[in-house]
Amino acid sequence: MSILILADHQDGQLSSATAQVVAAAQQVQASTGGEIHVLVAGEGVAAVAEAAARLDGVAKVRVADHAVYAHQLAEPLGALIHKLASDYTHVLAAASTTGKNVLPRVAALKDVSQLSEIISVESADTFKRPIYAGNAIATVKSDDALKVITVRGTAFDAAAVSSQGQGSASIEAVDFVADNAQSIFIKEELAQSDRPELGAAKVVVSGGRGMGNGENFRLLDGIADKLGAAIGASRAAVDAGFVPNDMQVGQTGKIVAPDLYIAVGISGAIQHLAGMKDSKVIVAINKDEEAPIFQIADYGLVADLFQALPELEQRLG
Amino acid sequence: MKILVAVKRVIDYNVKIRVKADHSDVDLTNVKMAMNPFCEIAVEEAVRLKERGIATEVVAVTIGPKAAQEQLRTALALGADRAIHVETEAPVESLAAAKVLAKVVEAEQPGLMILGKQAIDSDNNQVGQMLAALAGLPQATFASEVIIENGKAQVTREVDGGLQTVELSLPAIVTTDLRLNEPRYAKLPDIMKAKKKPLIVTTPAELGVEITSGVTLLKVEPPAERQAGIKVSSVDELVDKLKNEAKVL
Amino acid sequence: MAFDVVIVGAGPSGLSAACRLMQQANDAGQELTVCVVEKGSEVGAHILSGAVFEPRALAELFPDWEERGAPLTTPATRDEVYLLKDAEKALRLPNALVPKSMHNTGGDLTSGDSRRYVISAGNLCRWLAEQAEGLGVEIFPGFAAQEAIVEDGVVKGILIGDMGVGADGQPKDGHMPGMELRAKYTLFAEGARGHIGKRLIQEYDLAAGRDPQHYGIGLKELWDVPAEQHEPGLVLHGSGWPLDKSTHGGWFLYHAENHQVVVGLIMDLSYQNPWLSPFDEFQRMKHHPVLAKHLSGGKRVAYGARAITKGGLNCLPKMTFPGGLLIGCDAGTLNFAKIKGLHTAMKSGLVAAEAVFEAINNRDARAKGDEGGQELTAFTEKWEASWAYAELKESASFGPAIHKYGTVGGGAYNVVNQLLGGKLPNVHDTSADHAQLKPAGEFEKIDYPKPDGKLSFDKLSSVFLSNTNHEEDQPCHLRLTDAELPIRDNLPEYAEPAQRYCPAGVYEVVEDDAGQPQFQINFQNCVHCKTCDIKEPAQNITWVAPEGGGGPNYPNM
Repeated sequence: MSILILADHQDGQLSSATAQVVAAAQQVQASTGGEIHVLVAGEGVAAVAEAAARLDGVAKVRVADHAVYAHQLAEPLGALIHKLASDYTHVLAAASTTGKNVLPRVAALKDVSQLSEIISVESADTFKRPIYAGNAIATVKSDDALKVITVRGTAFDAAAVSSQGQGSASIEAVDFVADNAQSIFIKEELAQSDRPELGAAKVVVSGGRGMGNGENFRLLDGIADKLGAAIGASRAAVDAGFVPNDMQVGQTGKIVAPDLYIAVGISGAIQHLAGMKDSKVIVAINKDEEAPIFQIADYGLVADLFQALPELEQRLG
Repeated sequence: MKILVAVKRVIDYNVKIRVKADHSDVDLTNVKMAMNPFCEIAVEEAVRLKERGIATEVVAVTIGPKAAQEQLRTALALGADRAIHVETEAPVESLAAAKVLAKVVEAEQPGLMILGKQAIDSDNNQVGQMLAALAGLPQATFASEVIIENGKAQVTREVDGGLQTVELSLPAIVTTDLRLNEPRYAKLPDIMKAKKKPLIVTTPAELGVEITSGVTLLKVEPPAERQAGIKVSSVDELVDKLKNEAKVL
Repeated sequence: MAFDVVIVGAGPSGLSAACRLMQQANDAGQELTVCVVEKGSEVGAHILSGAVFEPRALAELFPDWEERGAPLTTPATRDEVYLLKDAEKALRLPNALVPKSMHNTGGDLTSGDSRRYVISAGNLCRWLAEQAEGLGVEIFPGFAAQEAIVEDGVVKGILIGDMGVGADGQPKDGHMPGMELRAKYTLFAEGARGHIGKRLIQEYDLAAGRDPQHYGIGLKELWDVPAEQHEPGLVLHGSGWPLDKSTHGGWFLYHAENHQVVVGLIMDLSYQNPWLSPFDEFQRMKHHPVLAKHLSGGKRVAYGARAITKGGLNCLPKMTFPGGLLIGCDAGTLNFAKIKGLHTAMKSGLVAAEAVFEAINNRDARAKGDEGGQELTAFTEKWEASWAYAELKESASFGPAIHKYGTVGGGAYNVVNQLLGGKLPNVHDTSADHAQLKPAGEFEKIDYPKPDGKLSFDKLSSVFLSNTNHEEDQPCHLRLTDAELPIRDNLPEYAEPAQRYCPAGVYEVVEDDAGQPQFQINFQNCVHCKTCDIKEPAQNITWVAPEGGGGPNYPNM
């Protein structure tokens, strides 16, 4: 029996999360054997299918290319996966808004439980997942014959991609067309070049009281622009009135877990740490060598931020 | 139109959780419990739809121990008209919750059901979707705007990278995201009136649902403490490490 | 809205009063409406006490408390009292040298309702609230009383604060205007230094002829400890190190249920050295071997702080005024000689309930459709005839003697005085706590040791464990009468002591762009202890109630 992965894609591009889900699937496969298949559902998704076929470890790509799947609405997509699922022991998807939208439907239709946002594979039926906003890690075992799982991509190193044209996986079409009389796609407004939402950003640049005043937060703009980052702030900076409180990362503000978190002039009060400690890579720039933020930062730079920031912006050029 | 709203009793979001010493679960003894914040948003949205004359009745439902009636009373104080308590002491997994709610939907025949997108304890983000599948209804998760017009629901959803708008036939299932609305505070006189609003108690068994679970909780641990990394000596070195070692640039 | 009785604060005295009022009404078959408002997000959220509990008042209220499941599960089993000589050495005091009032075990304290229990006051209040609701009391947590409604010199109820007002004072989306809760009688049971109680004491000159009230700050932590070092019911008290000779206070360490130990420091706010930091004294104190052996290998799970009204009888204000009463620690009924306040607070609530019910229910009042608003002089008679008052009378000199003669000298006075049945002349302490600070230049700055992260911790990670929170976008609830005073006067004179006496890191002196010092108030951190309102040398900080539901969320404290 094999593992089915729902490919995550947008605008004709396979998202990086899919490769990370493949990596998680490979860990399952280590104990179950079988093959890893990727399901690409959408309209005009040939290029996505080819990209999926180049992922290491993928044996087969199944393509459901039809207008009904165009916007990956939950109803037809759920029906499609439900239809295919009986061939598999595991159905995996990235814990993206698409994966989270559809997989619970599949689980319910198959009368099995679903495991959300796993961060580690302990065995073919046992996984770890964060609960209570990451303040506890649960180890859970699925007793169901079919395991339906969403995967937190950043917790896994992406499967390698074979170079152009060397995809080893076969690509085959799925001809099942789901009915959908219930939901209609109206429109999509993808965030413009504007800054991403703090909670959803892959990169966050945050300023603290070390920024000195609100004006100086502009020093972060250039860096954020180059990294496509959201700008956040510590509670101290919000309390000091530098920036509005919707920018606050931390206890009473938002919890963020981006791939890269750059803390500038933030001492690292625990309220702030609680709000960002799940970030994958943390960089701290602070002139105070003793600042607690350095105790959790992967990369610390002791420097005057008014020199370091312009330099960093330039080097990112 | 009748709107059904599901609410869940969870640990208050201000409370720092603590893992039990034997790692069997999180310690909930004497900690403050409250309505799940996403459920508050669901109640608020339903009440606003009623205030706009779109809904005629708002019914709140919860599944859980006796104490969960506190959260139903809160929903009633916020503007729900009546409440249903499906009482059980057993832990209720998403699928079981969805099965119970599907029975309630069958009995109540609401035009719309609103749920929070996830509970802040288990962080599953599943029940709304499962319920939609079991009830054979369309769904719009992560809603940031809900418009009911011409017998349809037009829902704007917060998806990765932006917003997606879908139109659903009714009845439908909607789950709320944070920006859908800002829930009101319960007024003191309304809290008193809520005590007199109808609240009926039933059980999963009476609804014909057996509470089972396909998932076993083996262990709960506090997250690993982050360790200090390295100090870099220059911006150049920092950028180099981010590119070549951490591979995040 | 109108009620027969409104009670401000769901603590031991307020809830006891509420229960007793309803019991009397139910017994008499009379309708009575009793409403309790509580600023904490739930009952118990803002309650912090040691606590070793004496169930005398509880047994009067609910003789069947045991069957009702009152959370008194850990009887005190053993007393140990220490005098810490320095960071390493300690002297264990033999029982005979410990004032009898401080004994919690032995003698006649082994059975029945004179038995002492290690409890969580928060959980006691949660349980009392359940009993009260069962009796028909309306309890509203998350609603903060902002001020008393006073008309023609009579207290007519309270005003609940607005919810949803922005930091700029403008209503936000979801704004809920405050409302009046009117009552025939209003009981103020806000706890130590209640912000309305403080104003009532001034307005009605209730403290006339009394000594100035004295306060302490209590800091407390809850620890999970390894099973093998847990001895449920063990009660430790001590004084001495790390406090210097002119600073009074003492510590407690109790073994509670569920492999938990509570540890705390009570430091009198009459201290003189502005460099002192109660928080840091508490942190370093835990490293003393006498305490560390109970905590090492354990994990800290909760932290909090609260001021204590400890002046005793000499400082107890008049508790009555037209239309209401001050009860419990809002007035100052704590018996410092016993290091206990719960039982006397509860008793004051019971007495208050009896006086109030009598006033509302007597035939004349009923016939006339009485609106209440009388001054309940009957309360004073009943209170002065109560065992609680007798206790306070007996120990009136206990605290002042320590202030006057020091921990050892005062302790000796107290041992002798108690042996003589309170016959020594009464001792008074007539200087207010806030007036005691001396200029920073007269002392050396104290360099506190860095926390080790095992037994001792920094302030912010401690505040984190209080689960405190305040909606960010609301007016600051710590009001400065003179906004310039902290930097202009306090900084040069006292090195701005608020930075150190605040146990929650609310007050900071930071540099602005130009390198000039600025006084910063991080009100979100506030744990509602009221220490700033008490200790600020010019009485420049006024603590007012923030939006309801804000503040700490203490579990099991």
